[in-house]
Amino acid sequence: MSSTEGDLLHIVTADDISPGRQKLGKFLIWGSAALIVVVAALQVWRGTATPEAGFANWRPTLYAFLVWAVCLCWAQVLIRGEYGKRVLFVLPAALFVGCMVVFPLIFGLGIAFSDWNLASPDGRKFNGVDNIRQMWTDPFYWNAMTNMVWYVLAILPEYAIAFGLALLLNAQIKARKFFRVAFLMPLMLSPVAVSWMIGKSMLEVRFGPISRLARELGVDSPAFFSSPEMARFIIMAMDAWTFIPFMMIMILAGLQAIPKELSEASKVDGASPWRGFWEITFPLMLPVSITAILIRIIFKLKLADIIINVTSGGPGGATDSVTSFIFREYRDRSNVGYGTLLAMVYLVIIVIAMTILMKIADRWMRPKF
Amino acid sequence: MPNSASNEQIFHDSPADKGHSAKWWTSRVLIYGILILWAFICLFPIYWTITTSFKRAPDVMQGNMIPWVDFVPNWLGWRSLGLSPDTIGAESTVRAEFMKRFLNSTIISVSASLLAVILGSLAAYGLSRFSYKFGFMRNSDISFFFLSQLILPPVVLALPFLVLYKSLALLDTRIGLILLYTLTVLPIVIWIMRDQFGSIPTELEEAALVDGLSIWGAFLTIIMPIALPGMVAAFIISLVLTWNEYFFAALLTSTNAVTLPVMVASQTGSQGISWWSMAALSFAAILPLIVIGIILERFIIKGMAAGAIK
Repeated sequence: MSSTEGDLLHIVTADDISPGRQKLGKFLIWGSAALIVVVAALQVWRGTATPEAGFANWRPTLYAFLVWAVCLCWAQVLIRGEYGKRVLFVLPAALFVGCMVVFPLIFGLGIAFSDWNLASPDGRKFNGVDNIRQMWTDPFYWNAMTNMVWYVLAILPEYAIAFGLALLLNAQIKARKFFRVAFLMPLMLSPVAVSWMIGKSMLEVRFGPISRLARELGVDSPAFFSSPEMARFIIMAMDAWTFIPFMMIMILAGLQAIPKELSEASKVDGASPWRGFWEITFPLMLPVSITAILIRIIFKLKLADIIINVTSGGPGGATDSVTSFIFREYRDRSNVGYGTLLAMVYLVIIVIAMTILMKIADRWMRPKF
Repeated sequence: MPNSASNEQIFHDSPADKGHSAKWWTSRVLIYGILILWAFICLFPIYWTITTSFKRAPDVMQGNMIPWVDFVPNWLGWRSLGLSPDTIGAESTVRAEFMKRFLNSTIISVSASLLAVILGSLAAYGLSRFSYKFGFMRNSDISFFFLSQLILPPVVLALPFLVLYKSLALLDTRIGLILLYTLTVLPIVIWIMRDQFGSIPTELEEAALVDGLSIWGAFLTIIMPIALPGMVAAFIISLVLTWNEYFFAALLTSTNAVTLPVMVASQTGSQGISWWSMAALSFAAILPLIVIGIILERFIIKGMAAGAIK
């Protein structure tokens, strides 16, 4: 096994499990599984035609599933004794994630290849690869994809700012606690409130304080959301404003873990602070930096709230992220099938891109340390 | 340089050290200048929102900033929410609506975070202590399975969940949102807690087991109290993320389980809404987290730093 798992707890237990107990455990698992099948079959058979029987929806199946999950956990202890008790630590979370992710994903794949508009009464129709063909020729989707590339690239300046702030916070300063709390604040605010506070009110063309400042600085008619580049930049800036504290804190934690002797030694050796930073601090911070950037990319890929609330993708789709585009695809057109396909394609692209990134990061870090 | 005259200073500062003080002062000024500038950038939007909620229309248009100097504060924004001193006693439909959503947000975010911390800590503890074999999956695979959920963008799950919840009658219910939010923060909790449990020596449990405690007893009575600060950190970070969540709430709720961010968002769109009441609403929505941020800052930092140092 890999060495990253630390020292494990080794316990030797002599469990004496009677065959009757084992049988009971197996019976619990299979019995409750059968219950699900029966309830689901009843549901399909009676349909939604007889709501008075309590089968108006799939709730009973859900309850049967819950019973099965509890029985499965209980049976672990019955069948496997002490090892079962250990399994019990991980099993609830695994079951939860499994049924909340794997099942909807499989279900989503089914939806992705069908023509399904929730607003129309027709219901779901399988339509093969029509959605893919539509996606291929959808300029707005690919436009949103390119925007995502820009948004992800915006992480580099964010990282530079966050690193600078972390260095400052790590320096000998007074009132460090105040600055730390102040710098943390943007992260606590909800993106929706931020989009009103900054996007709608402070950037308001007539009376917003930032527009006023721009006018003082000599911009005649500050319009922040009319040109595509400017609008995209503003969205990036607002998102950066919220998330810079996050990277800053991770980097700060890394900086504080560096032994003081190292920087002192470089000072004694006569290195300038600038050189000391590039040859000692920065290389030591590389692993932390890469972790922070990777996590930030993951969060960036989910960017939507600000866009939905400030520009709703405009002007002309210039600020659209994939998530906000799909959100509107559903909100405006109730187009579940097509929207799901777009999301699935996005997921595949993300997984491939993240895997490549993680491999590169891994290889890049290894020869140096 | 040795000197025979006794009243002369023997040790002199080298020229490099004398240049130091001027340089030191400029660097001080620069450091504090940047720190104060950034603190201003971070805090000004909050200040702007608070003051705007006390402004009247002419104050907004003239861009008055400082209360009592530029303009006379006024309860206009809070009155429209039914939260000003003179309306707090009276009946108010807006306030009832606001309180309902506030309550929804609180219940949903607290229970989702609690559930995530319970499930996540158990799983993280198990993964840090025992070696498992679930079919082909070993510990590192199971960890990866949990953490990889972080990559999953919400939009992939949103539409399947919409359809699933519809057939399960979970649409527009608190339970539905709680389950989804738990799912979204679970990987983060496991990430933080794995780190926490990893730093606790296994000798502690070994001693407890020798003394006759079961493994669950050892976990509950010995390990959990030690790991409690980490759990609090994970809980608070989950709370922040779930309180602010907008995407799922906007898609999956309509009337009963609407959360505060959805209420704020629905008001921004409408034209008739006035600045002061929007400001009051936004501020009321962010206030709980500002308070948490100020009081529990060290837990948040601890939680976020968990992944940084290995």
